[in-house]
Amino acid sequence: TLRLICTTAAVQRKNVGASGPEKYTEAFIKKQIEEFNLGKRHLANMMGEDPETFTQEDIDRAIAYLFPSGLFDKQARPIMKHPTEVFPEQRKIQWGEDGRPFHFLFYTGKQSYYSLMHETYEKLLNVQKHQDQLIAQDLPLQKEKRNLAGSRWLTKIELEEMLLEKVSDDDYSRFIKLLQKLVSLPCADIEEKYIQKFSKEVPVQLQKVVIEPLQHDERGVAFSTGEGKRKTARATAVVYDNGTGKITVNGIDILHYFPVVQDREQLLFPFQFLGRIGKHDMVCTVSGGGRSAQAGAIRLASAKALRSFVTEKEVEFMRQAGLLTVDPRVKERKKPGQEGPRRKFTWKKR
Amino acid sequence: DDKLLTEPLSHPDFFSVKELFTLKDLFNARVHLGHKKGCRHRFMEPYIFGCRLDQDIIDLEQTVQHLQLALNFTAHVAYRGGIILFVSRRRQFCHLVESTARACGEYAHTRYWQGGLLTNAPVLFGPGVRLPDLLVFLSTLNNVFEPHVAIRDAAKMNIPTVGVVDTNCNPCLITYPVPGNDDSPAAMELYCKLFRMTIIRAKDKRRQSEAIEELR
Repeated sequence: TLRLICTTAAVQRKNVGASGPEKYTEAFIKKQIEEFNLGKRHLANMMGEDPETFTQEDIDRAIAYLFPSGLFDKQARPIMKHPTEVFPEQRKIQWGEDGRPFHFLFYTGKQSYYSLMHETYEKLLNVQKHQDQLIAQDLPLQKEKRNLAGSRWLTKIELEEMLLEKVSDDDYSRFIKLLQKLVSLPCADIEEKYIQKFSKEVPVQLQKVVIEPLQHDERGVAFSTGEGKRKTARATAVVYDNGTGKITVNGIDILHYFPVVQDREQLLFPFQFLGRIGKHDMVCTVSGGGRSAQAGAIRLASAKALRSFVTEKEVEFMRQAGLLTVDPRVKERKKPGQEGPRRKFTWKKR
Repeated sequence: DDKLLTEPLSHPDFFSVKELFTLKDLFNARVHLGHKKGCRHRFMEPYIFGCRLDQDIIDLEQTVQHLQLALNFTAHVAYRGGIILFVSRRRQFCHLVESTARACGEYAHTRYWQGGLLTNAPVLFGPGVRLPDLLVFLSTLNNVFEPHVAIRDAAKMNIPTVGVVDTNCNPCLITYPVPGNDDSPAAMELYCKLFRMTIIRAKDKRRQSEAIEELR
């Protein structure tokens, strides 16, 4: 037997990184699926529920109950999911026993991407042939306009997931240009199904906020309510029509409740912006926060209430002026090793 | 099994490749048209018949002989179950070449050629890859009018090559050069048709011979 004498540590250390990302064999994934199913039944028994009808939501709730975690990142907490969701899909070996690869574009390196380009180009040629046939028969070319505003193409990451291989930026842009060329031809309706695989619907108006209609109280005066918050202050405001410009906060007049001019300015800003200073009455309730926070909360509440009195254009103006956005700033927490959220301890040279 | 492999080698034209085309077919497909005199490559001079109004004309009699040798060789490779890789860097015929390869059941590469595809294959694809046994060039030049890198790489890896060489190409490192036009669609369609027919014929013959052997 040979004995290794006087070798360096570098020889013994195996270069783990050079082997590439670990490939999961089919046997390994099967074992993981069996273990997951067994674990699911054990969990159901532990929680005292029926093992047959134990869904993924029940599993999540059970895990959250048995392993409570205060970590902020949801993905850092303990999870129990089916192995197909945990282990990413990977390529199995691409050639058969005799060594011949399965895919005809295997030797290019990016087989799925190039086969996709090949198919798309074939569809393009089909459409052009159909167009030529229609022209030869003197038939009119169909011109139904596709709704371009409501759809978007797949993103690069979605394409990578679809093809299971890396796609570079140039390749992605080339593919999108080819799709756009295909769509621009007049007879592209034939390949509608193929194009729909690569386009996604975009919700046209994100969260269309519903403006409530005006309500009328016993005297017949129109009014509307709004809620607002700022830091820790929560406020509700009721704005009445045909008023004189009186504003009451928690039953107290604003001159007494807000002695500082700045707070009163904040309250009056929505009315001043719309030019309706003397036309509305307001009654509000506010709790929490400090002087400035309460003023900001009432301002937001009154702006939201005023939306019902005003045209859509003016609502858009208010939104652009920032009257309808909730101010997200809150007090930042103090960190250990520092005196405050940002202030560090005094640095002493020695 | 030995008999299956040695029997075709005893005949000069086991797959009757000569019947697939005639000189007239080549002429109708405009295979004889070359580039202008200024583009002529020095090593293509033996294959050129003459020059008419500054345009080179390729000698079709030589082309017929070279094409027969090339098709015979591809048929033998396909008979023995070899991997054939069609290479062309012409954008107009990329789709045609890929469809031909798919129809034959062989492989094609008409896209950007990554550096170490043949020379560094185990690293790019994985350990245990099988390299192509024959490279068929339907156009030896790449998009910058320089000889395709695959010619040099195949020579390095001892892979035989068959290539259609035009009057501006270098036929040096190609094992079975076929002087002919590589620019007209008619010529390219003819080449694709010929290669497709030879490969399908060779594979059918192989399946027949294997069936006959099993019956015995």
